[in-house]
This record gives sequence, structure tokens and C-alpha cells, in this order.
Amino acid sequence: MMNTQLNTAATPTMTAKRKTIEISGLNFFYGKTQSLHNVNLDIHEKQVTAFIGPSGCGKSTLLRTLNRMYDLYPGQRAEGTIMYRNTNILEPGQDVNMLRAKVGMVFQKPTPFPMSIYDNIAFGVRLYEDLSKGEMDERVEWALKKAALWTEVKDKLNKSGLSLSGGQQQRLCIARGVAVKPDVLLLDEPTSALDPISTSKVEELISELKQDYTIAIVTHNMQQAARCSDYTAYMYLGELVEFGETDQIFMNPARKETQDYITGRFG
Amino acid sequence: MGEHSSKKYDEELEAIRSKVLLMGGIVETQFLDAMTCFRIGNLERAERVIREDDTVNQLEVQLDDACSHLIVRRQPTANDLRTVMATIKVITDLERIGDESTKIARVAKSLHARGSAGINHYEMVRGIANATSDMLHDALDAFARSDGQQALQLIAQDAVIDHEFRSIMRNLITFMMEDPRTISAALDTLWVAKAIERIGDHAKNIAEYVIYVVEGRDIRHTRPAPQVQDDAS
Repeated sequence: MMNTQLNTAATPTMTAKRKTIEISGLNFFYGKTQSLHNVNLDIHEKQVTAFIGPSGCGKSTLLRTLNRMYDLYPGQRAEGTIMYRNTNILEPGQDVNMLRAKVGMVFQKPTPFPMSIYDNIAFGVRLYEDLSKGEMDERVEWALKKAALWTEVKDKLNKSGLSLSGGQQQRLCIARGVAVKPDVLLLDEPTSALDPISTSKVEELISELKQDYTIAIVTHNMQQAARCSDYTAYMYLGELVEFGETDQIFMNPARKETQDYITGRFG
Repeated sequence: MGEHSSKKYDEELEAIRSKVLLMGGIVETQFLDAMTCFRIGNLERAERVIREDDTVNQLEVQLDDACSHLIVRRQPTANDLRTVMATIKVITDLERIGDESTKIARVAKSLHARGSAGINHYEMVRGIANATSDMLHDALDAFARSDGQQALQLIAQDAVIDHEFRSIMRNLITFMMEDPRTISAALDTLWVAKAIERIGDHAKNIAEYVIYVVEGRDIRHTRPAPQVQDDAS
């Protein structure tokens, strides 16, 4: 355990990995209140990036800029650039619906639609693709298998999504996010309302999903960040304090602020 | 270092730390007593060294347990994690130092019981014993004060002790070849010199853990010890 050579500077593996999203000079405003200050960060392809920090530090805000979820609310705006597939997604005129299909999001509380389990998955797919019944069946099964839920629900696909347990509902939401075959999955505290067993299932799922997707996760549970992520970003008061490989952040953070937070010497 | 939001956590870490220092103090005294005994044949001190070994062993068990508990309850990270990991290793080295001191005390007992012939056994190891005693003291001091700089300086000293040991060995071999009646006492002296040399190694390990705690760098096995020119033929 002790022989891990820790390096606080960017390591070769960090620079060699392909970037899915490049954030630079990002500022974010809720009306007149600025809640993100000049954030610069790369999110690497097929890796899990965790955002940690105390409440109100801007980690969820940052996540919500990545698929312009904030657009749904008046008075919220972002400045700077977020490059995704050679396009700055913050520029006006972007196809936001297409963006959200490519950059899916799962929220803190499970949010199944009040419809059958099958339709919960099929609903999003129908918005973007025109599939035959057979193809749709396959897609639903594929997504539920990806979310490790298939065996539990395969005999009751017509039951309401709301009839599932909290943990199953959350995995249903992940299946829904996966079904449209996004590039990136944003998870905003996906397990904070779940029991430990469901939590570990979701965590297991995260490590499965990263084979195919780039994942960004906001979590209050630092052990979860340590367990699941490849990179960790520590944020405080709307600023990115430190970003690095997860092992380095948790074993030998470069900044004292980071160390104080992760060791519980905060506040 | 600031305090944890949880005072209890601070107390638990501090309790572990002071117990390590207590253990270090006992081990250091053990070594000094063992050497006194080797020098002047004070049997009472020899018995004390041997008795204290039990206390040291118990402390090792207690500290191991306390560290496991801290890990399971607090999931320490960063410098806290490094402190706990290093503590688990430091106490192993301290326990071994206790064992080596006990070994020296036993040899001293038997040597004085028999009455040594021909060689001034203490003079032979005096230099290495003093250097090791200083090194052990400084290593514990560096641990207590989390002084990475001091620890770094100590590591070079171990090479000097190792070199000194080889020179003692050659001397003793010469004695044994010249007069076979000295073999028994020379071998006893050699065991003691070897034990002292091992204590130097353990002190060096402690210094390396201090650097790990302070800087997060693991420098074990990363570079060869500086070569000291052999001066004996």
C-alpha cells in the first residue's frame, strides 16, 4: 500500500488519456450571484470523475452545466467554454435536446416516470430513434441488463416503475439514461437516498458502465468517490481547489484545503 | 495541523501517537540498559530488559488493535491514513528493536557469567553502539515531531553503522584466528554487534516512515545506500 509513488503534478497517464469534455474559464451565475469562478478541468474518456466538496461549493452546478440543464431555469447563465466533440456547448444555437441525449443525467432522488417499467426506458429512446417493436424490446432488455436490473424486473415489465424499491428505481433511471446510448453519464448524488446494498449495486454498475461511457459523479460520500472514481475534483466556494487522480487526492493531496476536507478537518 | 470536526477522532489519533512514543521510550531505555549490562555486567538491568520485552510486545498488540479500530471507524485519508499506516509499521520495528535488545541482554548475562577472555568486548562495539543509540533517539524524535528533514539525514547514518559492523566482524575474525580461546567471547560480541546493526536498520526504517507521513513519498528501496570506502584490509 505504501509503495504507491505519488505524484502531485499531472502524470503521463493523465495527459495520455483522451478527453471527452474540456472545461475552461467557466463562470456560472444564478441571477447576479456568481457560483462558479473560472473553473478549468478536463473530463477523461471512459473514466469516472468525481466531484466532492461541502454543500454549496458548486459541484452540482458544474455538473448541470455539462448538459445545460440550467437552461430550464430563467436567470441562470454560464460563461466560458465547455468543449464537447469540438463544439463549445455553451454557445447559443446548440441543439440542447441532442446534447442531453449524448450527455445523460441521473438525479439524487429516483425519478421514474409514472408509467410501466418498459415505457420508462422506451420513452426516451422514442424521442431520438425510430425503432421497430422487436428492436425496442431488445433495447429495453439491453439497457436493463446494463443497469443490472433485468433479472429483477424481466417478469414485470408492464408494472409501474413506481412499484419498484428505491434502489431499483434509481437503477431504472440509470437504465433510462443508458438506453439512449449517450457518451457521457452525469450522476448527481445517485445513491444518497439508497440503502447500502442498493448503493453498492449502483457503485458496481458505475464501474461496469465506465467500459462504455464517460462518467461524472457528484457525491457527498467521500468514500464513494474514493471507491468509484479515477479522478477526483475538490471544489470549494465555487472554485476548483484541486483536481487529480483519485489515489493521489485521497493519499497525498497537494493542497492543504483538500487535505483538511477529506480528513474531516473542515469547518 | 488543524483539528478534526470530530474531537473524538483527534483524541483517538493522539492516543495512538502517545502510545507509540511511550513504546519508543521503553525500547530506547531497553537498548541503553542492554548496553550498560554488556559493558559492566549489571545483571539486574539485564533482567529488566528481558522483563520489559513483554511490555513492548503487549504495546505492539494494543497499538495494532487501535489502528485497526481507527481504520474501520474513521476511514482515515491523506496524512491521517499515512500516519496510521506508518504507525503499524513503526511499532513492528520498535518491537524488533526490543527483541534485539533482549538478545544483547541475554548475551551479556552469559558472557559475564563465564567471564570473558582475551578481548575487551565492550570497546569493540562502543562506537557502533553510540552511533545506533543516537540514531534511534533521533528517529523517535523525528517521528514525534513529524520532522521529515531530520529523518532524511538519519538515513545516511545507517550506512556508517553497517560499515562499522563489517569492520568489527573483520577484527573479531582476526582475534579468533590468532587465539582460539577467544572464539566463544568473540562470537558473543559478534552477536551483539549484529544486534546493534539490526537496531540501526530498524531506526532507519522508522525514519523512512516519517518521510512517508510528512511528504507522502515512499523512499524505501529507491536508492542504494551511499558506499563507504572500506578501510580495513
